[in-house]
Amino acid sequence: MNGSGAGRVLRTLDSGQLLLICAAGLVAVAGVAHTAATGLLDPQIAVAFGALIAIGELVRLTMPGNREVAPIGAAAALGYTLLLDMGGVPTLHSALQVVAVLSVGMVAGALPHLAVGRPPQLDGMARRLFTGALLALAYRPMAGPLSDLAGGGESGWWPALGVMALLILLMVMVDVLLAAVLRAEQVRAALKVAVHDELRMAAPLGAAVAASGILLALASHSMGMTALLVFAAPLLVTQVAFRKYAGIRATYLQTVRALSRVTEVGGYVEPGHSRRVSRLAVAVGRELGMAEPELLELEYAALMHDIGQLSLRDPIPGGATVLTDPEQARRIAELGAEVIRQTGVLDRVAEIVRRQCDTCAEAPPMASRIIKGANAYDDLVGGSSDRDRAGAALERLRLGVGQEYDPTVVEAMNRVIDRLAPIHRL
Amino acid sequence: MAALRGLPWFAKVYLILVIGVAFALLGYNVVSDGRLDLLDWSNLMVLALLFLVCESMPTLLHVRQAAVSVSFSAVLAAVVLLGPEGAALVGVTAMFSVRPGLPLVKRLFNSAQFAICGYVAGRVYVWLGGRSGVPTVAGFDDIIVPFAGAAAVFVPLNFVLIALVLKLTGQADQVPLRGVAQFMLSYFGYATFGLLIAGLWATVNSISAVLVLLPLFVARWAFGQYHAQQRSYDATIAALCQAVETKDYYTRGHCTRVSMAAGMIAEEIGMGSERLRAIRYAGMLHDVGKLGVPTKVLQKEGPLSEEEYAAIQLHPMRGLEIVRGIDFLDEAFAGIMHHHERQDGKGYPMGLAGDEIPEFARIIAVADAFDSMTSDRSYRNARSREVAMTELRKGAGTQFDPVMVVAFVKAVDRDGWEPPRTVVTPPADVTETTAKDHDDPTMPIQVVSER
Repeated sequence: MNGSGAGRVLRTLDSGQLLLICAAGLVAVAGVAHTAATGLLDPQIAVAFGALIAIGELVRLTMPGNREVAPIGAAAALGYTLLLDMGGVPTLHSALQVVAVLSVGMVAGALPHLAVGRPPQLDGMARRLFTGALLALAYRPMAGPLSDLAGGGESGWWPALGVMALLILLMVMVDVLLAAVLRAEQVRAALKVAVHDELRMAAPLGAAVAASGILLALASHSMGMTALLVFAAPLLVTQVAFRKYAGIRATYLQTVRALSRVTEVGGYVEPGHSRRVSRLAVAVGRELGMAEPELLELEYAALMHDIGQLSLRDPIPGGATVLTDPEQARRIAELGAEVIRQTGVLDRVAEIVRRQCDTCAEAPPMASRIIKGANAYDDLVGGSSDRDRAGAALERLRLGVGQEYDPTVVEAMNRVIDRLAPIHRL
Repeated sequence: MAALRGLPWFAKVYLILVIGVAFALLGYNVVSDGRLDLLDWSNLMVLALLFLVCESMPTLLHVRQAAVSVSFSAVLAAVVLLGPEGAALVGVTAMFSVRPGLPLVKRLFNSAQFAICGYVAGRVYVWLGGRSGVPTVAGFDDIIVPFAGAAAVFVPLNFVLIALVLKLTGQADQVPLRGVAQFMLSYFGYATFGLLIAGLWATVNSISAVLVLLPLFVARWAFGQYHAQQRSYDATIAALCQAVETKDYYTRGHCTRVSMAAGMIAEEIGMGSERLRAIRYAGMLHDVGKLGVPTKVLQKEGPLSEEEYAAIQLHPMRGLEIVRGIDFLDEAFAGIMHHHERQDGKGYPMGLAGDEIPEFARIIAVADAFDSMTSDRSYRNARSREVAMTELRKGAGTQFDPVMVVAFVKAVDRDGWEPPRTVVTPPADVTETTAKDHDDPTMPIQVVSER
């Protein structure tokens, strides 16, 4: 990466991300330096686990919401951290050696991606490394005593199992909290909502990874190195399933975004109208503390809010629905909702679209109020970035507060437009 | 046994034979002295419970209509931990799985075939030198070879028993035998889970099963989510494409039917599932750019000026522009872009000829023209299938790729052509009629030169 490229990457990072990346970098350097000074304990095992981590990083996938995860790599890292013995021979590598193996493996796995121009999300990698290091620092000092206990007979494994489960749970909590803080800062969401969102995302995959990590550590006890090969099988199935799921989710959003443009191509609305309304609406929704599933529905509804115009005989000149008569606007909303209801699955989105013209007195859903406000704003301002025009438009919306527009929506919109900068990066 | 009625006699014989053999096996083991006394009953209970949990949650994986459950990894684990008799006993519990509405005969057969497979696999395991019982930590390497042998017998035997019953009861068509290789492979993958469970039993007992199966259940959940999203996605894309067509009453449903016909051709020429899906989407989206053509051009009676014709010729590009942001196969984009090219090079937008035209575009061109001809238009009624086919054959080589035409004719002759037609009367106020259809090969658009 050349200097200007690195500069560009740095500029898009928030302060929290930067802090985390620096912390993870320091931990990694400490780990590698310490290991280089004291020498690698059980080099064969370290190399095998490092290779598995690298492979896991290589086949990382992007979950909805642009979250990068590497389940196989994470499970391998867990396995190496939790490892008590390999085929009966106790392994006594230090926490810092775990960190070294982890960071070298991750970097090695990220390199091929980098070579083809897909840089990893630095903050995601840093988070994986940092939480991994925390777990190692907490667990490795106990490895010796636990290993002695486990060697003591039938029931000796239970304390180890308990400690593993407890520490992993703690680690997942820390990880979720870190991810939520970063995301809250990045997209300006409320921290509480962000924690819920991250927890919902992390829970299923986290459970699978944790189980596989423990499995790997236990399997190494009875199977030796063979465990490394076979343990990944259950997780491989999981990874395939999640990759497919994430793929269809991404395609879905892209498709709705793309097809929302047919109204523009047909000359029904100004170019870029649907995208701008949806961005503004999502930013406002987030400002008002909506969780991710609600935001997705809001985004779909905002993208398709004008789809009813396709059933009209002639395009409304300029497509400015805020200026057309209310009856016609209502009819467009009804027609649009009808189209969306045809899908048979987006009923809530259809309802949001149907009620996008309702006045406050009719108590429409929050998402409909947001779309109504965002739509009116965009009709008045369009693609222009002129601050005076924005101010005038907001002034005009304020005149309608109470009857036409929800006051909380207009205020939230005011705040969002004031900082404008994060809107281009969702 | 009401469900037995209506089955052909050989199916009945087969069912009764399998169930009989299974119960004879079990009965023999019960009466012969001491065989069951050696069993570790607590492990048996745990494994049976595990087996039931898995059996009650069949997972849809890879193959469309076959429900694969990971339950047999529990039976294979029982082969190692309990021996042939124990494995058979675990298999028999399939009868009590929580699957409401499953008829008794199916339950009996299911548990019988699991019992037989488990017993035979267990015998093979012992024959190859495997020792029944919880393997010691050090003894893990010794069970690998016998276990592999047991799995290699279990999987095909299980497959044959089930395939036979499907064949005999006439359900074989529902389970395509195409994916067998893939199917077997995933089965062998699941077999390793049995090995894992057995190998870890010495360390942490039944916890090992939880650890192995938890990722699988998460995977099952994710697959469920994926399928739900996929269905939702397909419905959404169809609804949005239909919305684009609402303006013109006569072209309603065109996108869905072209998608269907293109899918039939692609299947006929043996496309893989990934590309098949891509071409269905391409067929669905091929005309979204048409909205960019001014309505007055589409409504104009008589020949078009060159400028107006150019507006029509632009629609594939417009369509491509709209859908470019979607993560489809590149082939799908090429199909949308070039679906109006002709074999003789006289098409648009680029005038490609013969093999220069992307395969997807050649397929969509045939499907598109066929649906146009067999649908009502404001200026004519729908033509019959036979007439449309004759037109397609006539155009093969000049307008259409002969290979695709032949494939389509074959597919329609075999499977018929019954597209879902939504019967809607043209609503009085929104109806717009177009005077021409750019897709209709029998009514080429007349262009007058202004020079």
